[in-house]
Amino acid sequence: MAELNFSFSDIWPETIFFILVLYLFGAALLERRHIMFSGDTSMALCPILGLLAMASAVCTFRHESLMFFGSYRIDGLSQFFKILIAAGFVFASLNAMRQPTLRAKKRVDYFLFLAMSAWGLTILASAAELITIYLALELSSYSLYILIPVRSGSRGAAEAGLKYILFGAAATAIALYGLSWIIVDQGTTYVSALAAKSWSVADSPLAVMGLLCFLGGLFFKLALFPFHFWCPDVYQGASNETAAFAATLPKLGAVIVLIRLATLLKPGLEITHMLALLAAVSVTYGNLCALAQKDLKRMLGFSSVAHAGYILCGLVAGTAEGLAAAAFYAMAYLFMNLLCFWVVARVSQDGRNLEYDDLNGLSARSPILALCLAAAAFSLVSLPPTVGFIGKLWLITSLWGHGYDWLVIVVCVNSAIAIFYYLSLVRHAYTEDPRGTLPEGAPAGALPGPIALTDAGVLSQAGALALGILVILLGVLPGPVYSLVLEASKALLK
Amino acid sequence: MTGTSPFPVLTVLTFWPLAAAFVVAFLPKDSQVRIATLIASVIECLLAYPLLAFRNEPGFQFLENVPWAPDWGLTYAMGVDGISILMIWLSIFTLPVCVLCSWTYIGKRVKEFHVCLLLMTTACVGVFAALDLVLFYVFWEALLIPMYLMIAIWGGDEKRYASIKFFLYTLAGSTVLLVAIVALRIQSGTFFIPDLMKADFSFRFQYWVFLAFFLAFAIKVPMFPFHTWLPAAHVQAPSAGSVILAAVLLKMGTYGFLRFSLPMTPAASEHFAPLMIAISIASILYGGLVALGQQDIKKLIAYSSVAHMGFVTLGIFLFSKEGVQGAIFQMLNHGIITGILFCLVGAIYERSHSSEINKNLGLGKFLPFFMLFWGLFGFASFGFPGTNGFVGELLVLAAAFKFKTAIGLVCIPGALLAAAYIFKVTLKMAWGEPTSVAGPAWHDLKKKEWVYLIGPAFLVVYLGLAPTGLLNVITPAIEDNLASFNARKGLVSAAAAAPSEEAPSAPAVDRSSPAALPAGLDSALAAMPGPAPSGALQAAPVSAGAVTGAAASGASGVPASGASAVPDPGVRGATGASGSLKAPDVLAAADAGGGPAASLSAVKGVENNG
Repeated sequence: MAELNFSFSDIWPETIFFILVLYLFGAALLERRHIMFSGDTSMALCPILGLLAMASAVCTFRHESLMFFGSYRIDGLSQFFKILIAAGFVFASLNAMRQPTLRAKKRVDYFLFLAMSAWGLTILASAAELITIYLALELSSYSLYILIPVRSGSRGAAEAGLKYILFGAAATAIALYGLSWIIVDQGTTYVSALAAKSWSVADSPLAVMGLLCFLGGLFFKLALFPFHFWCPDVYQGASNETAAFAATLPKLGAVIVLIRLATLLKPGLEITHMLALLAAVSVTYGNLCALAQKDLKRMLGFSSVAHAGYILCGLVAGTAEGLAAAAFYAMAYLFMNLLCFWVVARVSQDGRNLEYDDLNGLSARSPILALCLAAAAFSLVSLPPTVGFIGKLWLITSLWGHGYDWLVIVVCVNSAIAIFYYLSLVRHAYTEDPRGTLPEGAPAGALPGPIALTDAGVLSQAGALALGILVILLGVLPGPVYSLVLEASKALLK
Repeated sequence: MTGTSPFPVLTVLTFWPLAAAFVVAFLPKDSQVRIATLIASVIECLLAYPLLAFRNEPGFQFLENVPWAPDWGLTYAMGVDGISILMIWLSIFTLPVCVLCSWTYIGKRVKEFHVCLLLMTTACVGVFAALDLVLFYVFWEALLIPMYLMIAIWGGDEKRYASIKFFLYTLAGSTVLLVAIVALRIQSGTFFIPDLMKADFSFRFQYWVFLAFFLAFAIKVPMFPFHTWLPAAHVQAPSAGSVILAAVLLKMGTYGFLRFSLPMTPAASEHFAPLMIAISIASILYGGLVALGQQDIKKLIAYSSVAHMGFVTLGIFLFSKEGVQGAIFQMLNHGIITGILFCLVGAIYERSHSSEINKNLGLGKFLPFFMLFWGLFGFASFGFPGTNGFVGELLVLAAAFKFKTAIGLVCIPGALLAAAYIFKVTLKMAWGEPTSVAGPAWHDLKKKEWVYLIGPAFLVVYLGLAPTGLLNVITPAIEDNLASFNARKGLVSAAAAAPSEEAPSAPAVDRSSPAALPAGLDSALAAMPGPAPSGALQAAPVSAGAVTGAAASGASGVPASGASAVPDPGVRGATGASGSLKAPDVLAAADAGGGPAASLSAVKGVENNG
């Protein structure tokens, strides 16, 4: 373990993101000096390098190594999540390119922090030691603290940014505090060494408390109940495009760490019971709150509280199947939420927050966006044949028979609650007629009543279609991807 | 398990409409869309030609089996037996009827409508052909989306309410179905339906799985008191939506009972049979009575569906050959008859713009041929001799009388009610005093209407006069299923009866009599606190102790509260003790008269579970 063991070929995804960050940093300084550093060039480079990072992660999928004295681990799971992070970054940066609430002179800085956050997350995917995890987590979070308030002329965004920083700082402090307890009681911070220790309250009460605090920090990122306060407010306050990023990629980071830490959790431990309880409450609370929302992003915020609970189910099971199911569901969550936010961002062409009524008649304005929104909504509620359904099927199948059968029932019954508000998306897009009509003699291109003008351009539809196809295709043919994830999580538990 | 087909006919039948939907979605003109969908539907019927090679023998035919997600044992498995092949024929032939009956009915968003129709056919055929539980569930749920859109977009004035109610009800039922599917997978290690149909599960497990199945299927059928979504959906849906709803969607519920509940949970089916029979009779009588009071033709037929499906579930849960034969026959009949009745209501709605009885009086004078068909299908609906409705209802009634005269007698008013409401509406429609002057829209049947009415009309009469051919198709499968059912329904009880031999004083209650039901249900529910079926097997040591305790308490004159009052003490004891939370109950039962040995063993059992 005590070796540097550095191999450059294994960390290409991180390196590519690092190069991107360096370039954008340079561009932020030299934007006006050279065409190579112009805003457009730097924006275009983001998805391209993102794709490159994804490709390199795919190429290094089967690599296994332990670097930096055992604190940095390249394995199937880390590479799987790096693929997802890079893919998510590609879509999130494409999504953020047309951002009405972003001033032109801030564009390069915006993408700099976007890339830095993604870079932190790729490092997080490989971190196998608690302090490394902490550092990587903060690297990705600090960039987000800056991104959230960037929404021109919006006081709500400033408020959201403040909330995120305050809550985030508190959660971080608690996590650090917990970390110190773990070190005191267990004497190590390596996850692999920690996995061999006992985690029952009777044997090491201090460490269990410490782990709970440390998990609290992660649950904050994941927006799990009771660490969810920030989620709807931040989504609502941040611009649509920033919310799309903040709602998806950081969650992936939290999930990968939780999966690594799940090797500590055995079914029947007090802490596992606690997680099961949190999952059940989170799922129910998130869905019930989402029922009452009018603002689409707030609704998606509460829905992500519920989805955090679903993901936790796989960790509660604690088996290789369970961890693989959690990883798979994280992927499902990434794509279906990105798709949902993509459509929201396209429909709101002037960058304002949308309500359900703004979706009225979307099927006539843009059939493809409407169809993709329907796919995302049905995937979020886990109706077949979407990736959301298969993901949830595997979560509950892996959970059944490990003493948490009640949680399976809670999760399933919640679908029946959730369908109401997700169905509202489809209902407004397909069945409601557009509200209001154009007044007589209105200039061409005027907004028809209070409805937002939809961006139904080629790029907008192509992006939605790509994500939509992913959501359906991974739902119909989940086998190959799942096999890879299962192989990776089996290696983790070995 | 015979007959692997070289040509994947079921896959083709399932996915051809999906492929056609893709093409239709890109056609620019409404008329092209209509014609293309009609052509696709006719091709779909022709593609079903290889299904004629179906051999009248038990087991699944036209099998297809491809690994789907091997890590979870998911397979893409398709196949049909005598039960499902009829439903597939029904789904396939419903499609052209739907296209024709909405030719002029649907005026807006024509393309989306026909895409929905095609998608629905894919899902319908898939549900009946799937031999993998998850595959089944995929199609089962996928059907909801186009059906929802159909009601919500092309529906009547209250389409919003009706469509959401439909979606919420059916989805609520399916969520529990998913739990049952997962539980079956973990308990048996497979999603493959033919294997699951032969698997043996503990009674406690079957009990919960049956309840989960029941909720999903009873909502779909729909059985009283889960039927309230149906009239709303039927009345608001466009006529093609009503046709699919009546002809195919409702059959999925009864198909589920036949395919899943009976073979997979035989002991629980037997246990719950009195309840199911009671609910079925309630559906028959309630549906009939409410139908009698309707002023709206569509609502009337919707409630008559509740009653007719009551006959189907009744036939299924009588567990006799005639009963199940009648049930399947009735499923097919109801699909044909009620589907066409909804088409006819749609046709009359196009002429008078109302589906109220009072706005459609005296049609006999203006639309004689329309009334001819209405009369034929109406008469078939209440089982007039010579029509197919008669055969199905007669078989079910015969089985009911054979089972218990009282049950047969209770069903007779149901059959009479059917005649009453059909006569009521038909008389008014044919000879009532017209309230409005006939306009140019009041023309008799058009060519398209003739086309889709002639075939079903022929079937109604043909199947009524010569039902043998159809019975030959379904009987081998039924006999096979019932033989397997009868062989396995007792297995669990027999295993549980072994300990009760030590306790001869345990009262024997006739489980099939409805009177025993309330007591059995109450105590069963009281004895089963939480869903933890996996504990049932480990709890075996406890049951002996608990039963001894109960028996001893009965002998010593102490009023036995729990175990001895229920039909099957061994089973109850085992189930009561298996949940780790139930320690106090078990101790109480043992302490009531069992003495230290019994309570010791009970405690041990509980510890093992915990």
